[in-house]
Amino acid sequence: MTVSQTTIHKTTTWSPGPGCHGGCGVLAHIRDGKLVKIEGDPDHPMNQGRLCARVLAMTQYNNHPDRLRYPERRVGKRGEGKWERISWDEALDEIETRMNKIREEYGPESMVFNVGTGRDIYSWVCMLAYAYGSPNVMFGLTGQACYGPRLAAVATIQGDFAVFDAAQWFEDRYDHPGYKVPECMIIWGYNIHATCPDNQFGHWIVDLMKKGTKIICIDPRLSWFGSRAKYHLRLRPGTDSALVMGLLNVIISSGHYDRDFVAKWTNAAHLIRNDTGRLVRERDISTTGAAKNFVAWDTIGNHPVVGDTGRVSYRDEKALPIMSGTVEVPLSDGTMVDCHTAWDAFCKEVDQYPLEKVESITGVPAKEIEKAALFYAKAKPAAVHWGVAVDMTPALTPLVTGITALWALTGNLDIPGGNVFARFAFDVVSYALPGTKGAIKLKTQEADNLRIGKDKYMPLEKFYWRSQTDMTLDQIFSEDPYPIKGMWIQTAGIMQGLGMDPKRWKKALEKLDFIVAVDVFQTPTTQFADIVLPAATFLEKDSFRSWWVPLQTINKVLETDEARSDPEINFELAKRFDPDFEFETLYDLYDEILKPSGMTFEELQAKGWAYPPEGVSSCPYRRHEKGLLRPDKRPGFRTPTGLFEIYSTLREESGLEPIPHHEEPPFTPVSRPDLAKDYPLILSTGRRSPAFFHTEHRQIPWLRDIDPDPVVEIHPKTLKDHGIGHGEWIWIENWMGRARFKAKATPVVPEWMIMAAHGWWFPERKAAEPDLYGMWQSNINQLLPMNQQGKDGMGAPIKHSMCKIYKCSPEEVNHG
Amino acid sequence: MGKKHEYGLLIDYEYCTGCHTCQVACAQENNWPAGMGGIRVNEIVQTLPKDKYYLTYLPFPTELCVLCTKRTKKGLKPACVQHCMASCITYGKVPELADQMMKKARMVLWVPK
Repeated sequence: MTVSQTTIHKTTTWSPGPGCHGGCGVLAHIRDGKLVKIEGDPDHPMNQGRLCARVLAMTQYNNHPDRLRYPERRVGKRGEGKWERISWDEALDEIETRMNKIREEYGPESMVFNVGTGRDIYSWVCMLAYAYGSPNVMFGLTGQACYGPRLAAVATIQGDFAVFDAAQWFEDRYDHPGYKVPECMIIWGYNIHATCPDNQFGHWIVDLMKKGTKIICIDPRLSWFGSRAKYHLRLRPGTDSALVMGLLNVIISSGHYDRDFVAKWTNAAHLIRNDTGRLVRERDISTTGAAKNFVAWDTIGNHPVVGDTGRVSYRDEKALPIMSGTVEVPLSDGTMVDCHTAWDAFCKEVDQYPLEKVESITGVPAKEIEKAALFYAKAKPAAVHWGVAVDMTPALTPLVTGITALWALTGNLDIPGGNVFARFAFDVVSYALPGTKGAIKLKTQEADNLRIGKDKYMPLEKFYWRSQTDMTLDQIFSEDPYPIKGMWIQTAGIMQGLGMDPKRWKKALEKLDFIVAVDVFQTPTTQFADIVLPAATFLEKDSFRSWWVPLQTINKVLETDEARSDPEINFELAKRFDPDFEFETLYDLYDEILKPSGMTFEELQAKGWAYPPEGVSSCPYRRHEKGLLRPDKRPGFRTPTGLFEIYSTLREESGLEPIPHHEEPPFTPVSRPDLAKDYPLILSTGRRSPAFFHTEHRQIPWLRDIDPDPVVEIHPKTLKDHGIGHGEWIWIENWMGRARFKAKATPVVPEWMIMAAHGWWFPERKAAEPDLYGMWQSNINQLLPMNQQGKDGMGAPIKHSMCKIYKCSPEEVNHG
Repeated sequence: MGKKHEYGLLIDYEYCTGCHTCQVACAQENNWPAGMGGIRVNEIVQTLPKDKYYLTYLPFPTELCVLCTKRTKKGLKPACVQHCMASCITYGKVPELADQMMKKARMVLWVPK
């Protein structure tokens, strides 16, 4: 008899498994090829031994009886829930044949590649789509309203993204010499107890609070942060942009902004013509001038001076441009035109938001806004952290650029304890974020020209290299300008989570000729696939992660039947679809991507993780001063002007408002008083649960025990007014549909708003239609629309709609 | 005189965020099925004057808490203590924990069964 031994293996989390955006170091205990225990790695700088409920439940996840373990082929009709086991060879052959048929008959762009949240997957889905020849990689959320729009908005005016500084860039973390704990942090629409989204370990903020950071919380709900905040600004959902304008108003009018930063590093001094309202370009004042260069007014010579974007400096380096005032500028045709500065334009817009007005829009008392703004502005250093609430509104770009201006104007950009540029460690791209070039590119520019939405929306053209979701759904029905015939769906839940108006998505999926789904479990979405492939968990794959720092490997520590990792699956198919595919093995590809780090996959694996040293562009601080951001190594930013653009040149060129401002969202009591008569409550959605990541984990017993039912939070008074008791089942209904939730009486929500959990389906119920794992029962997305994306194609009203509530009948409750 | 209760858990409930890590860490360590475990997190919302509220999450060791004696014998922290995302649970000798308690408000000291 052999005695089985437990061995302990180090690896890094990143989906599938916990569902989050990963990065924690874990110790996996393996016995007889099975996971018997998982613990946090106390040596890992990211989590320092800590671990969340979802990773700690990995034994129940990895060994779950319902896991997909073999490729399956649908044998019944779509939605009948009938499947047969097939071999990998059969599955891949059939996929190759059927996708080739679509490519030959309709062109590669007729296959859409759908991806879910930020898992270890975007690079590999892009690799497959591009090898096949399709530019249509789609994040299936309306207005792509999660993270990507924020990245695009920040990129528009600042070049690089920036995140709060918890010394995550250094192996010695908080002890790092030169690091400073933020004195103040604004937590904007982000709830901690639950998740670690966007690659940040959420509880770093708790670490900072213990070290003295004071919180300003901006959230209509009393979140944990709200309860611990020095200032809690409880705004009406969808009015965040009015609030940011109010904060800017206080900061500018009180003079608590960093004049040196504004003068030296922003385009505040660039002139705008009074007649056209557009920026003066060098070509306006000189027939030989360049359109890409801008013009300021030099107070020393009392004449125009050209801002040369190629050199990121004024042509006369001694020039001292005016920041404010009106000047008369001679144009190349000899006429004169009055001009004002971009700073004046910015301040004029900000002046539109006196605090009384902001109070009337947001519901936040003017005094509170003033105190919070001054506290943030005076605190040195201060940081901002935001959640997905900022993306989930149609005018997200005017909002996000306003928040970005907060940290820039207060001089908190890329300083210790401020908002710090987020670059991939060693510039190794493991995760092809929208706008980031992965290892595998489309072969031709022409192929990208067919990407849905690219020619309509500037952010999609410049920064967000995905198809526009709402337009893609429309095109499935319209087939205009070309038909969509197939969909590759990888670890994404368009039916139960990503898709608003899921009834319409169901019709769309039913219309397609061929669907492949790659997942860990069968879901409502996989029921519409022709072939379902079993994905490996993070414990069952070799991969790596550089989002943002450190660079680290994910190590395969076990196998589960025939489950294969997402990169393995896509690599195999990419080779089949592209005869010129340049990599022999997946590890050749990994080595290629890792080249900027100077390490091979094997070398990095031996180290475990690596932190970029000082002087590398992915190591802070003050990189705009050191020339570490731009490809030409000049000081400045990766923007068209090379400056932080308080007045966005790209948005002006695209006919979009260049300055932050407030727009009332489409479905609020203010914009739709007619609807408010029948639907008097504000419906907000998406409160995070500590047990689940979006639609996942409902089948994991330890996690479901924490959060067993779809819950809607309602103020006790509101519940009483409706004659509903705590714990009773109710319907939430509006003009689009209704969903069933369990009422939780709690004053954490205001009386006029309810907060419904998202992502609910019931894996314990029947797969076959009409049940579809009960997804029609409590999916709140049935009340939320498609096609309400912002003017720039980004953002959508997901966290603010309107509804009414009423009790379920006893029969409806007993029905299950 | 009965058994002496030397060890306890000190909870800093100012910083417990309600992540429920302790619950699952305990269930994994001690093999409890869903619904059972040595620690549960409770939510308390206290109404304050002027329309304010204070939200508290409070981990409570149940009848099933054994203070992870198997782990502590090996010099490891109890599973809930090691994994706590907010690092708000401390394991130790009761007098030492009581001493720590006097230095900071919003603490509770549990001496499980």
